[in-house]
Amino acid sequence: MEKKSPKAWLYLLPAILFLGAFLVYPLIDVLIYSFEEGYNSASQTHFGIGSYNYSYVLRDPYFLQAVKNTFILVIITVPVSTLLALLISMALSSIRRLRELYQTIFFLPYVTNTLAVGLVFMIAFQPTAYTDGLVNGLLSVFGIAPIDFISGPYWAKMFVLCFYTVWVVLPFKILILTSALASVDQTYYNAAKVDGTPAWRIFTKITLPLISPTLFYLVITGFIGAFKAYSDAVALFGTDLNAAGMNTIVGYVYDMLYGTSGGYPSFASAAAIILFVIVLTITCINLLVSRKHVHYH
Amino acid sequence: MEVTLKDLTKIFPGKGKHAADVVAVDHVDLQIPDGCLLGLLGPSGCGKSTVLNLLSGLLAPTEGKIFFGDQDVTDLPPEKRGVGLVFQSYALYPHLTVLQNILFPLQNLRGKDKLTKEEMLQKATEAAKLVQIDTLLDRKPSELSGGQQQRVAIARALVKMPKLLLLDEPLSNLDARLRLQTREELRRIQNETGITTIFVTHDQEEAMSISDLIVVMKDGKIHQIGKPQDIYDDPQDLFVAKFLGTPPIDLFDGYTKDGKLWIGEEAVMDVDGDYDGHLTVGIRPEGFVPSQTGAFTCGLQRLEVMGRDVSVVCQHPFFIGDTFRAIIDSDDIPKVTGSTIRFDLKPSKVYLFREDDEQRILFD
Repeated sequence: MEKKSPKAWLYLLPAILFLGAFLVYPLIDVLIYSFEEGYNSASQTHFGIGSYNYSYVLRDPYFLQAVKNTFILVIITVPVSTLLALLISMALSSIRRLRELYQTIFFLPYVTNTLAVGLVFMIAFQPTAYTDGLVNGLLSVFGIAPIDFISGPYWAKMFVLCFYTVWVVLPFKILILTSALASVDQTYYNAAKVDGTPAWRIFTKITLPLISPTLFYLVITGFIGAFKAYSDAVALFGTDLNAAGMNTIVGYVYDMLYGTSGGYPSFASAAAIILFVIVLTITCINLLVSRKHVHYH
Repeated sequence: MEVTLKDLTKIFPGKGKHAADVVAVDHVDLQIPDGCLLGLLGPSGCGKSTVLNLLSGLLAPTEGKIFFGDQDVTDLPPEKRGVGLVFQSYALYPHLTVLQNILFPLQNLRGKDKLTKEEMLQKATEAAKLVQIDTLLDRKPSELSGGQQQRVAIARALVKMPKLLLLDEPLSNLDARLRLQTREELRRIQNETGITTIFVTHDQEEAMSISDLIVVMKDGKIHQIGKPQDIYDDPQDLFVAKFLGTPPIDLFDGYTKDGKLWIGEEAVMDVDGDYDGHLTVGIRPEGFVPSQTGAFTCGLQRLEVMGRDVSVVCQHPFFIGDTFRAIIDSDDIPKVTGSTIRFDLKPSKVYLFREDDEQRILFD
């Protein structure tokens, strides 16, 4: 180790100041609020200190619904989007003709405006005075009765939310995985070919381990991203997510602060800390699992 | 196993609209005897690696046939050919240990060839012992030196007991000392296994030192096939003469007239042939014998004493290039006075080549 020098601190200063002011301080502040009962941000007062905020939030049916929604979203969209992206990028790497064209097409959603994407989903799923939406139109061909995806049954709404999330995160994952696949040295495949390795074994024993750092990166950021989901749900179901039963944890935090029933920074802080603990736990589990299965070289 | 190449040709389509096709291997005929260690020698881009890839099946020939023994393998995929291939970069799987790397080809075996875990382990350990890496089995490739990685790559190629072992520039990634050591090792392993082995190299010393047979290639064509010493002593054309030997052969502009070989104003040697006219004279550095009465007068630049022998660095107006070297025994360092030195030439070390097609002209 080098000797500590004042110069090093000088270089670190901008980052420390910035992170301290906008990351560490708010984080500590939120932690404090979450234990201050009935905190009022206008008068900067509170009644007492204790764990009441947590017990309130944990008993709030809206919060429990939000936790359930978030977990379903995470558990479905992270594996589905990662696997789909892997499949598509494998397919992209194996074609020669028009590869750039396909890559561009698959990447288009990433550069498309969220509002435009929302519009596409509205046309696809939302019933209007004239039609039941594109998807229902398709379903009716198979003789299936129209389903209200936007304000109908819970599973239909959840399906749309998951579909939307997967669709939005897919391009980025495809882009990253395609470049990871391209960076695998072709001689490994040649060596495997000369040794008569079956295609499936090449995939599981060579390709997967060699791109595992990238895959792991995508899974971890995917988990974190999905836990923080909020805007997607708003885009689909409007701002009153509690009424639609489609709220997420971040949505609940927002509602507690600014929503129609808002003005409870203490409850919002407690919910935010709970989310923080959940994400931290999941990320730690991910890191532990990765030690065995991710090969850095 | 005997390997036969018949009229083998590989043409790569040119990249870009108006690029010409690249003929990497040009109608090559070659017969490799069973149990032979063959060095495929040539400058880079001469098509030697392409020949190797054609043999392994990673590339399909444009024309021609490949036979392993009596079997035509031209259309067989790599995995059905039973060849072991060692890549220039070794291509060891970085996430697997040495043992797992060596086991990998065995684990691919299916059907009647399928081995039990114990059999696999035994074969892998045997292969590891053969290349003397049996103490490193639990390491990852990144924890090994270049030479050790090279051995692992050879063990992985050998573990299936291939009928043919192919090595692509096997020593090029090693430092000078390790290269010497590893090439002896390669020779030993080939002797012990008796597997027909072909290795590609651009280093003539490497090829000379361990090969049973050398094939010299240039521009996709075979220039000469033969035992290392025979090729050195009896090159068929100027390219082969230039490519083999360190220091390289010294070349002069000369001509023959009336049974004499002339370089400049001097008749340096008697030649008995029916060719009269201009030609390129190649003299091996060891073909110069210093002599007070020598027929060949050169400008002396300096002497370089290197232990066993001495390099005499000389100049001559008809030498093709700048300065040339004559190698002489350190026992008979000439007493040099002035700025010239005279040599007699050893007829067996002098080669004459036609100027137009660079073919050798034989003389007595």
